[in-house]
Amino acid sequence: MNLRAYRNWSEAARRDLKLAALTAILLVAVTWKFPGYAAPRNLAGVLDDTAILIMLALGQMLVILVRGIDLSMAANLALCGMLAALFNRAYPGAGVLPVLLLTLVAGGLSGAFNGLLVWKLKLPPIVVTLGTMSVYRGVIFLLSKGAWVNENEMSRGFLEFTRAQFLGLTTLAWGAILLSAAFIVGLRYSRAARNLYAAGGNPEAAAYAGVDPGRMQFMAYVIAGAIAGVCGYLWVARFAVAYTDIALGFELQVIAACLIGGVAIGGGVGSALGVVIGCLFLGIIRSSLPLVGVSAFWQMFINGVVILVAVLLSARARLGTRTILEAPRT
Amino acid sequence: MPAPLLRLSDVHKSFGGVRALAGVDLELHRGSVTALIGENGAGKSTLVKILSGVHAPDAGSIELDGSAVRIATPVAARDLGIGVVHQECLVFDHLDVAENLFINAHPRRGALIDWRGMQARAAAVLRELGADFTADTRVGTLGIAQKHVVQIARALVNESRVLILDEPTASLSQRECAELFRIARQLRDRGCALLFISHRFDEIFELADRYAVFRDGSSVGAGDIAGTDRDRLIRLMVGRPVEQLFPRQEAVLGEPLLRVENLGRAGEFEDISFSLRRGEILGIYGLVGAGRTELAQVLFGARRADRGSVSGAADIALVPEDRQGQGSILPFSIAANIALPNLEALAPRGWTSARAENELARQWIGALGIKAQGPAQRVQSLSGGNQQKVVLAKWLARKPQVLILDEPTKGIDVGAKAAVHAVTSEFACAGNGVILISSELPEILGMSDRVLVMRRGRLRGEFPRHEATSELLLRAASDA
Repeated sequence: MNLRAYRNWSEAARRDLKLAALTAILLVAVTWKFPGYAAPRNLAGVLDDTAILIMLALGQMLVILVRGIDLSMAANLALCGMLAALFNRAYPGAGVLPVLLLTLVAGGLSGAFNGLLVWKLKLPPIVVTLGTMSVYRGVIFLLSKGAWVNENEMSRGFLEFTRAQFLGLTTLAWGAILLSAAFIVGLRYSRAARNLYAAGGNPEAAAYAGVDPGRMQFMAYVIAGAIAGVCGYLWVARFAVAYTDIALGFELQVIAACLIGGVAIGGGVGSALGVVIGCLFLGIIRSSLPLVGVSAFWQMFINGVVILVAVLLSARARLGTRTILEAPRT
Repeated sequence: MPAPLLRLSDVHKSFGGVRALAGVDLELHRGSVTALIGENGAGKSTLVKILSGVHAPDAGSIELDGSAVRIATPVAARDLGIGVVHQECLVFDHLDVAENLFINAHPRRGALIDWRGMQARAAAVLRELGADFTADTRVGTLGIAQKHVVQIARALVNESRVLILDEPTASLSQRECAELFRIARQLRDRGCALLFISHRFDEIFELADRYAVFRDGSSVGAGDIAGTDRDRLIRLMVGRPVEQLFPRQEAVLGEPLLRVENLGRAGEFEDISFSLRRGEILGIYGLVGAGRTELAQVLFGARRADRGSVSGAADIALVPEDRQGQGSILPFSIAANIALPNLEALAPRGWTSARAENELARQWIGALGIKAQGPAQRVQSLSGGNQQKVVLAKWLARKPQVLILDEPTKGIDVGAKAAVHAVTSEFACAGNGVILISSELPEILGMSDRVLVMRRGRLRGEFPRHEATSELLLRAASDA
């Protein structure tokens, strides 16, 4: 590979590398203070804790890539989690597969509803999902009549699926790993994904190339919704409780992870690897702060600072490459 | 003459009752460049959109290679071999050149994209065109001219037989135009049929073999370029003889209004000294990137100079080159746009008055002949020429002493152009000064009392009106 090529396409790769280095430094620093932190068992635990964030952020990333945003993601997760819990209560012997299918389809439908409003009615994504965010929470309340579904109402298989281990990692962790791998390969090598980037980067040009940007947005919302749906079940099973307000406000963490991972809020730019590293970065901060004795409020503060710094850095990078009307000089 | 490759007959198209095309005919021939000429609003853009599959015609027929075709979608246009170089550079800045050429048509091996094969094919096309950039370059780092080449390369990849160039030269320097024309001729010689849309007659006569003229959505003439001339084409376009394109009245030059000494800004321009007198129109000619726009912004006060001084007139107005981005606020009404730089006068106590704003707007709509329903119409719904008149109005309403015009007639039709020139001339004759920045030689030569030439950030020549010729200015502006 020649130098020119390196300079050109490595912008995203370099960003990912920088973030990975930062994450590694963070990990080393925490381990230096708390030697037990880097133990495989503990790291597996951190991955388990971060798995849902990773899966949701990958879905959210698709939506942001096509100039959308999904504020309803956590509400959709909670709705599908409640559906899963109610289904399990009604049919405790049905096993996990029907639950997975149910949440996949229900989440996908919720996503499709967002997507249709954005695509067909051309409504602004932030307004649509702000609305559906409340609607989905409302539906949970209607379904559950405001009651909780507790651990004692859940079947063993339902609860244990997420905690089952394979090669030292939980189902949750494996889910995040497999989905990440699928995204990393898929976003680079599938035509649909490349069209998605194109539609987010320049919708008008995409339309001329035969890519319907609205349809791309719709598909992104469906995938994000389906992921949120399945994560709904995983969340409920992991925390062994379902109620109206689970994962309240979690969508903001998901969006934050995307931004830290280098996804441009204006669309068209972002890598799956970056998003995964961004989630791990947040995951490590989240899991190490209690060790240092810092309260959860400081965690929010630190999240916010990290986002601002990330956005600042990417804005500066853009300014640096901008040249307008510069005459060639001798 | 052999049968045309593409023939449109009696094509109609209306948008919600507004007739954009009222029966146009057009023929494009293999190995030939046809210039499409018409004022803004004549239906050229609608025609491009029909040919690129964005709009379907209401009536009429399109024949490609002798058989009737329907161009229902952009993909259909592509599959039929119709390629378009869009004026607005419809490319993907975040992606590399290769991917830009193959969007939605990425070569695949099995289900996966074959990146290496794609790069190789893109590189081959770029080599063929003699492009000065590589296939792995991120398109966002390219200049406008190079982005046009990317669009042409995309058409080549799709094996286009018909290539539409929609005002590709509007923002190009002379050298870049020459490069674009070289590529266009190369495609023509390979047997492509080209449709070249331009407002610049010198380019039309340089590149095209045939012409077609639209007026108010109808075809009003077509034929060989060799058998016509500029005046005839203008008459066809506007439907009336244009007596004088540059109605420059001779003004009496008075005392100096503005004195610029050793002005410089790092990386943009340096050592600029000149003075501007009352009644004078001072032309500044140069290629795109010569530093003229930057100089204008410093004179206006939008940016600061590193060195040197500007003294004299206090009230300077700038009509910027980017009229949609910098000159006006598109979603605002005409009245609000005109009021914006005049709020001290209109709202001395801080409270605006819709009546006063509308009154001012009505006055200028009348004075400049702005074609609009009224002061409340949004600027974005006006044609380019009328938008420019609004920008002029908002500054003239301040009664400035010096008016800087940066490419004031770029991309606007002949009628609006004449109006802008008339207003400019009148403003100067009233004892004010005008600095006219333009890349259009006829405009510079026709309007200016004196011409300064800039090249690479420096002044490279000064010519009084009677000495300035196209050749002298061009030579001073280019590196020859």
